Amino acid sequence: MSQNKEWKPISEIARAVVAGDDSAVTLVKDSLARIEDQADYNIVIQSCDERALARAEQIDEAVKRGENPGRLAGVPFIAKDNFLTLGSETTAASNILRGFKAPYQATAIERLEAEGAICVAKANLDAFAHGSSTENSDFFTTKNPHDPTRVPGGSSGGSAAAVALSLVPFALGTDTGGSIRLPAAFCGVVGYKPTYGLVSRSGVIAMASSTDVIGPITQSVADAGLVLDCMAGVDSRDSTTLEPVEHDYAEVDAVDLTGKKIAIIKELMPSSLPDSIRDNINSVVEKLKKKGAIVEEVSVSSLSLALACYYIIVPAEISSNLSRYDGQRYGYSDSSATSLLDSYKMSRSKGLGKEAKRRIMIGTYVLTSGYYDAYYRQAQQVRTKLISEFADIFKKYDAILSPTAPSTAFKIGEHTQDPLEMYLTDVMTVAANLTGIPAISLPSGSDNGLPIGLQLMAKQHADIDLLRLANSVEELLS
Amino acid sequence: MATNKPQTASDYTPTIGIECHVQLKTKTKLFAAVDNDARESDPNTHISHICLGMPGALPVLNKEAVRLASKAAIALNTEAQTLSAFDRKHYFYPDLPKGYQITQQAHPIIVGGSVSIIGDDGNTKKINLERAHLEEDAGKNTHPEVGDYSLVDLNRAGTPLLEIVSKPELKSAQEARDYAHELYLLMRYAGVSDADLYHGNMRFDVNVSISKSEALGTRTETKNLNSFRSVEKAVEYEVSRQIAVLESGDKVIQETRGWNDAKQKTISQRSKEEAHDYRYFPEPDVPPIRLDESFLEEVRQNIPQMPAEIRQALSNRGLTEEHIEILLEAELDSVTVGYLETLLDNALDADSVTAIANMMVQTEIPKRRSEELLNAPVLDTAQRTVIYTEVTKLARAGSISSTNAKALLQDLLFSGAQPKNIEAYAQQQGYIQLSDTSELEQIVDEIITENTQAAEDVRSGEMKAIGFLVGCAMKKSHGQANPALIKELLQKKLSS
Repeated sequence: MSQNKEWKPISEIARAVVAGDDSAVTLVKDSLARIEDQADYNIVIQSCDERALARAEQIDEAVKRGENPGRLAGVPFIAKDNFLTLGSETTAASNILRGFKAPYQATAIERLEAEGAICVAKANLDAFAHGSSTENSDFFTTKNPHDPTRVPGGSSGGSAAAVALSLVPFALGTDTGGSIRLPAAFCGVVGYKPTYGLVSRSGVIAMASSTDVIGPITQSVADAGLVLDCMAGVDSRDSTTLEPVEHDYAEVDAVDLTGKKIAIIKELMPSSLPDSIRDNINSVVEKLKKKGAIVEEVSVSSLSLALACYYIIVPAEISSNLSRYDGQRYGYSDSSATSLLDSYKMSRSKGLGKEAKRRIMIGTYVLTSGYYDAYYRQAQQVRTKLISEFADIFKKYDAILSPTAPSTAFKIGEHTQDPLEMYLTDVMTVAANLTGIPAISLPSGSDNGLPIGLQLMAKQHADIDLLRLANSVEELLS
Repeated sequence: MATNKPQTASDYTPTIGIECHVQLKTKTKLFAAVDNDARESDPNTHISHICLGMPGALPVLNKEAVRLASKAAIALNTEAQTLSAFDRKHYFYPDLPKGYQITQQAHPIIVGGSVSIIGDDGNTKKINLERAHLEEDAGKNTHPEVGDYSLVDLNRAGTPLLEIVSKPELKSAQEARDYAHELYLLMRYAGVSDADLYHGNMRFDVNVSISKSEALGTRTETKNLNSFRSVEKAVEYEVSRQIAVLESGDKVIQETRGWNDAKQKTISQRSKEEAHDYRYFPEPDVPPIRLDESFLEEVRQNIPQMPAEIRQALSNRGLTEEHIEILLEAELDSVTVGYLETLLDNALDADSVTAIANMMVQTEIPKRRSEELLNAPVLDTAQRTVIYTEVTKLARAGSISSTNAKALLQDLLFSGAQPKNIEAYAQQQGYIQLSDTSELEQIVDEIITENTQAAEDVRSGEMKAIGFLVGCAMKKSHGQANPALIKELLQKKLSS
């Protein structure tokens, strides 16, 4: 684990910059130095030194002129490499996009920059975010900061490891089936998955359009709220974004837990769960009850089908979203091809990794006429059922509490031989994506030095309530 | 080999359905804020990250396209669906940057509707529609004659199309042509599309089968026809070809065919076995279209006068069907011409309407289509109404010859002269016929003196020669004499 000094809360860092007590250039240089020092962990695909330092200088100059560069003034951050950014390549950790320079930036990046934040590097991920360990990166596997022989979780493994090692105060991830929460749990940091549509997906390389969300990975709930507040809101470039809400997500003061109703879902506490995790959750439940919360066990019958449903709908969308990587306009193109068909086949065969191909195959299969009804349509029906069952729970309960993952961080190579075993890592997290609800993973103690993640979920659009509750739980756990 | 006139044609009934792609005249593309009109532009100058299918690019629906489709729905005798949605249709081709086309498969914006044409039996025939859906166009590939490469132009990629699918209710090449033409009029009058066929704003795919019984035969689809004539010819050719195939004992293969305009024949392109599986599924990036009553009401309020209504009004005013169709079509040559508005002026009596319509069809329309006047300025309806009424009045009063009426009309419409008093202007410019008897008598006397032989012939009863003398008199008067009066005077003077 790192010897890096932890960062101050983000709001304090920015305040110091605005007050002239600290400088953006110093912060960026500090962050870049930390990145270089911890290169062994394979966290960063490419850093954006030049652009980051230039922006830092601009911010410092603005401060000198008496201007306020924003709520994130001078705060360095790392973006998962599936966010389109200027100043570096954007690869999605896939060979087919190696060398790709984005012509525009993701809305989330633009909004963070508008508040003075500075992107210093792009983090590793499972290629195209397909995976739970970063082992599917076409470039390298990121090591877990708590044990370098273990995975950091995925797919936002680089982002979570970067925060755990204090390379930056916060990082951006994307969460399609747990890709923010799982690595946050494995690395012992906070990972926030907002309500679907709260943050624009424009300029983020799509995995599965109907479940992809963008969220922060941070040291604290308060930091997550602040970063979310800077990114959230309707975007004319993404028609699935929600109308602006009045909430200020940066105001996440802890709430009184007395009378809060929290559900434990039976199906998310399976008998196969390791004792260490079960005991951890149970001890949290006891603490909550002591604070006056009401915790009850409920059952969601369709939940047993959630993972199967997820691994039909998501590959279907992946097979479609990856069609554009055809070697004709940008990205890898096999120049030895002698015909159009060859060019398609060879560019995609060589440019796309094994997991991307597997998901394209599954997705293509479930959408093929004759199989569509048996797979895709059925999965959509399960999804609808799941949404209504979750809605029913939230009529009675303020939140759902569960482990974030069915285990702590596993060994590098432990699950690579059996894709199904790897998919099972997502069992606790996919439901939130299929139903579009917000969810958060909080660090909750450890087992043999490996962090345990605790997940809280709330109803759609109740992000502010979830963050406040999470803040109280965070206090309870510290 | 198919022949032009199949001997056994009468035994077979053709069944034809048409899919028509109409390019909507929005300012920007269906899902991108990029100029939609790239007709005169260099390749790949009207594109954005969305048109290029860049990573992270998301489609954002153009509301104007939805409004135009809703207008089209009314032109097609129905209304837009209050709920419709987009799907993705997958295939790989260089002109399709995302690897899928965004279209409406399961929930199109228009369901049902109809188009009325005059059927082969001369009666009005309603052709029912299956549906019409919104979709984005693909780009354009070109394959240079020399070189081992192809070029891709994405200017057209993302242009909004409305694909109108008819039921298979057309029964002949003529009906197919008439249906295609009527769709053209409907889309133009509704203001939905420029419907410029030359630039591919309307493209037709025709599905043709033939059968001797009630059961339908195997169909072929001939794609990408871009003129009414090619629709007619392709159907004609397919019907003949299929008859020849069946008569020779073979089976018609279900396939996609193309039209070779130079050879006037269809050519096999792709059989059913090679057909794509498009793997449609709901487009997750574009929320469903929900139309509320106030939106639909606004659309209804903004529908201009449509061809059916105009036909009825003109027919009530006594115009022939032939003239009506010519006028309907000609009105579209330039949107500001106002032929129809002039004719529907309430102040005009029925005879004037007919006279004006005749002048429009015989004089103005052919003249306006001549090369040098294609871009001539167009007078407004009020000015045109005055000109037409005055010229008609002068002609009917006999104070102007029919030849001069045409000349005066063209002068007034195209020369830019804008006289306050048309009769005075006609007089001054020498269009008015000479009807002053004393002046005419002088001319006639001169003619008789100059043409003694012809005059003698008339006197001796050879009335043929009188035409010659009238001609001479007209010439002498520089066309201004009233020929009827001249003839009368000649007869009087030469009768004794």
